[in-house]
Amino acid sequence: MSILVGEDTRLAVSGLTGREGSYHAINNRRYGTNVVAGVTPGKGAQDVEGVPVFNTFREAVAAADANTAMIFVPPRFAADSILEAEDAGIATIIAITEGIPAHDELMVFNVLKRNPDVRLVGPNCPGVLSPGKANVGIIPAAFFKPGNVGVVSRSGTLTYQIGNELAQSGFGNSTIVGIGGDPVPGSSFVDIIALFEADPETELIVMSGEIGGSAEEEAATFIAEHVSKPVVGYIAGLTAPPGRTMGHAGAIVSGSSGGGQAKIDALEAVGVRVGRTPTQVAAIAVEILRG
Amino acid sequence: MDLLEYRGKQVLARHGVAQLPGSEATTVDAAVAAAEQIGFPIVIKAQVKSGGRGKAGGIRIAASIDEVREHATSILGMDIRGHTVRELWLQRASEIQSEYYAAVVLDRSAKAPLVMLSTQGGIEIEQVAAEHPEALATLHVDPLVGFHPFHARRLAYEAGVDAGVVRPVGDMLAAIYEAFVREDATLVEINPLVVTPDREVVALDAKVTLDDNAIFRHPDNATLDDDADVDPQEAMARERGLTYVKLDGDIGIFGNGAGLVMSTLDVVAHAGGAPANFLDAGGGAKAEAIVASVEVILSNPNVKAVLFNVFGGITRCDEVARGLIEAYGILQPTVPFVVRLDGTNDVEARSLLADAKLPNVHAEATMDGAAARVVALARGESG
Repeated sequence: MSILVGEDTRLAVSGLTGREGSYHAINNRRYGTNVVAGVTPGKGAQDVEGVPVFNTFREAVAAADANTAMIFVPPRFAADSILEAEDAGIATIIAITEGIPAHDELMVFNVLKRNPDVRLVGPNCPGVLSPGKANVGIIPAAFFKPGNVGVVSRSGTLTYQIGNELAQSGFGNSTIVGIGGDPVPGSSFVDIIALFEADPETELIVMSGEIGGSAEEEAATFIAEHVSKPVVGYIAGLTAPPGRTMGHAGAIVSGSSGGGQAKIDALEAVGVRVGRTPTQVAAIAVEILRG
Repeated sequence: MDLLEYRGKQVLARHGVAQLPGSEATTVDAAVAAAEQIGFPIVIKAQVKSGGRGKAGGIRIAASIDEVREHATSILGMDIRGHTVRELWLQRASEIQSEYYAAVVLDRSAKAPLVMLSTQGGIEIEQVAAEHPEALATLHVDPLVGFHPFHARRLAYEAGVDAGVVRPVGDMLAAIYEAFVREDATLVEINPLVVTPDREVVALDAKVTLDDNAIFRHPDNATLDDDADVDPQEAMARERGLTYVKLDGDIGIFGNGAGLVMSTLDVVAHAGGAPANFLDAGGGAKAEAIVASVEVILSNPNVKAVLFNVFGGITRCDEVARGLIEAYGILQPTVPFVVRLDGTNDVEARSLLADAKLPNVHAEATMDGAAARVVALARGESG
């Protein structure tokens, strides 16, 4: 098993007819993901390398039985596209788009939370990869193989770095989930860690956080109460100056909140081992996996 | 984007946030002219994006033209926590009966706007929250429902505002919330919110942060950013479309992806070094962007060594290597470079670099190893 995406995924891509959208969607299909539809208003009845394009998500669901959406449209259209996918009954929505206004993300989050059957991952994320099964997004799948380590991260490249070091030690992944670097992500560490805890294939969870917000502290509380599997942590941005946004819109220490050391302390207080470098994270995970 | 006080006030005025008459000035003469228009007594305030302006002597009251001249002369050019004062805000002095605090902030944890009101204004709100939590009334607003008059009444009564000003304080909260939503702000903070003896409620100060991602909806707001205070390397990076933050150290950093670059800074610090910058070239960086990055990194005179730390996903390592070789040809750096490339096309990248035989470029296989090497080189050790 895996979480969020897998052999049952039937993917509809919003933005399939764009340059980036088509490049990555076709890459995903080449990996084995079942890409069943594109959604671009006004381009219905066209196709992109054999993938049929529909005017609306409702048509993509009705005609192609899509159950997962990937959002690849520019920021000003992204919130609308996410809401359209939810309205059409799509259960898993993965938003890659970077640069969506925070107020749009607030609105989307508060609309989606009324629907217990829908899950949004991202935005501003690299997507979700279940090695050997399906890849939805821009994660370079070649570095990863099937295995029992679940990874959840606010950063793409940092995930690849840690995942690659695990792979070099011979360990693969159940699923790799990028939750994104924005202030109001659709899914939090808590949401994804809960899915890994329930996933029989996942034996160890790696969570890679960073400065800004309090999602890591909330994860620590959740882990203490609900997680039986070992969790290894990492926090990026310990040396970042306060008040400065470090690349990701959400990576900022504001006043007394969002600092890296407090996150490490919160995780270690509940027994999560936190590596000080990505290499240490992989080493700790390998040590636990080898028992 | 954090706005200077007076620019924040301009934005808030569009939504009916009541203020006192005032004017900005960048010279002593302009300050005097503004004061003649506004009248006395008048408050002269340094415009910098920093707290502690009052303590630093950046906020003063003048009762005459001579005093305006004297205070404006001393405040302009003053350094407040590393920020040079280049602009002043002059505002009619107000009679103050009470100082309150009001704010709307995007609460990331609750995924909702948080509205706050306190009768303990004029001091740091963190201090109020810690010492007198009962004096701070707070309320999360469902963004789909919006802020309604009953919300304002609840906050006003819970905070214990004077009975005579419940209504104008409520109107003020509604105006602040309106500005927060309509302008795509992530923070609007009024401290102090002043009640005058004739029960007027006015914003005496303003701290406004706008969402950079929403500027496309507010093209006029793009010009509100204060360029005067920007560091030269940061301005240069911005022109070239790079995500760059200047830091205090001497090791230049190039990387891809915000998380990996933050991690690179930490690993360099862990190895005993001090990074000179954060630079994220982004996904899929091409040779041109890499040349521009090297140019920005080297334009910081503090830089004694540079670390390239790349994990190629969308970014191809061979493209990074070509960019670095090209940058060497154009810029002919004199400081050592340490390069660690992993991921997409890394083998090709390493052979490109090996063939190029660039002077003083050191390849390392791991992130930790590369950090240790660059720290040694920055110290003048052979590595």
